[in-house]
Amino acid sequence: MPATYEPISTTTLGTAVNAVNIGSIPSTYTDLRLIYKAINISSQDSVLINFNGDTANNYSSTILGGNGTASGSERRSSVPYIIVTNNYVNLLDGMGIFDFMNYANTTTVKSVLMRSGNAANSVTASSGLWLGTSAITSINLRNGGAFTFGIGSIFTLYGIKAA
Amino acid sequence: MANTYVAIQTVTVGSGGSSTIGFTSIPATYTDLHLLLSLRTTGVGSSVGSIGQITFNSTTSGYSLKDVYGQSGGEGSGAFTFATTYIPTGRDDNATQTASTFSNCSVYITNYANTNNKSVFLDAVNESNSATAHSMAFMSALWSNSATINAITITSGDGNYVQYSSATLYGIKNS
Repeated sequence: MPATYEPISTTTLGTAVNAVNIGSIPSTYTDLRLIYKAINISSQDSVLINFNGDTANNYSSTILGGNGTASGSERRSSVPYIIVTNNYVNLLDGMGIFDFMNYANTTTVKSVLMRSGNAANSVTASSGLWLGTSAITSINLRNGGAFTFGIGSIFTLYGIKAA
Repeated sequence: MANTYVAIQTVTVGSGGSSTIGFTSIPATYTDLHLLLSLRTTGVGSSVGSIGQITFNSTTSGYSLKDVYGQSGGEGSGAFTFATTYIPTGRDDNATQTASTFSNCSVYITNYANTNNKSVFLDAVNESNSATAHSMAFMSALWSNSATINAITITSGDGNYVQYSSATLYGIKNS
């Protein structure tokens, strides 16, 4: 049986950083899946995504979250990033599962479905849109403030083939 | 390139039913684990469904979580945060609900073989042909334990798991 779920790259942090860039993404897959395990994030803030270095106001997001006491949703549009998490989440020791659909086509804009959170603070399900029609060749995952992903945090990008 | 998403084992409950479904001797050779559950119990304690219990390495301590849920026309957060001795499966379909309905739960476990605490994400749903007897939830859970996960047990919270309830464990390699 052909392999249809393949690791593209893994980044394991040897030092604490506030952004992780996954570049040189081949266009040979149908979809992408990013899995991360974040350890010892230094403080509470948002997690943001950009594609291909585009930081113009070409992104929108919808977030549904809960903190164990209350649930809520939030909408951002025409902003310079996809926001994965916001006030609901403090990723002190958490994880995320992001699915990027049809990322390599050069006709349509790109969407992403995201699950993220940690047991100490909150959990979110969110969606994002990038208005770019280029194939996604790089993903930048960063914080919205000054916090860092700690040593030992692991980010793995998988490629998924439809055939 | 080698296949990196591998079915480790499927367990299907037989005609006699069972109060637990388990995996033992899980190899430490993968990066992540993905557990998919299809469950129905003989319980009658709740019209919304029974809460199954996931534990690692037969340990009943160190669990915590946050959730968002929708059930019976309402929604919120905190429906499962009482659970500290296990990770809930959400709600399993039970004997009070439409016949032959089985709940579904996806359990993704990151870096299960390293010495960090184990982060887990769950998507769970139990449907029935009812206006009120249904639920869905997603949860971010943590097992605060440095041990490699080598066993997973799913225990029914009410009655036994019925025939054809099943669990499949996948291993995922990042290289």
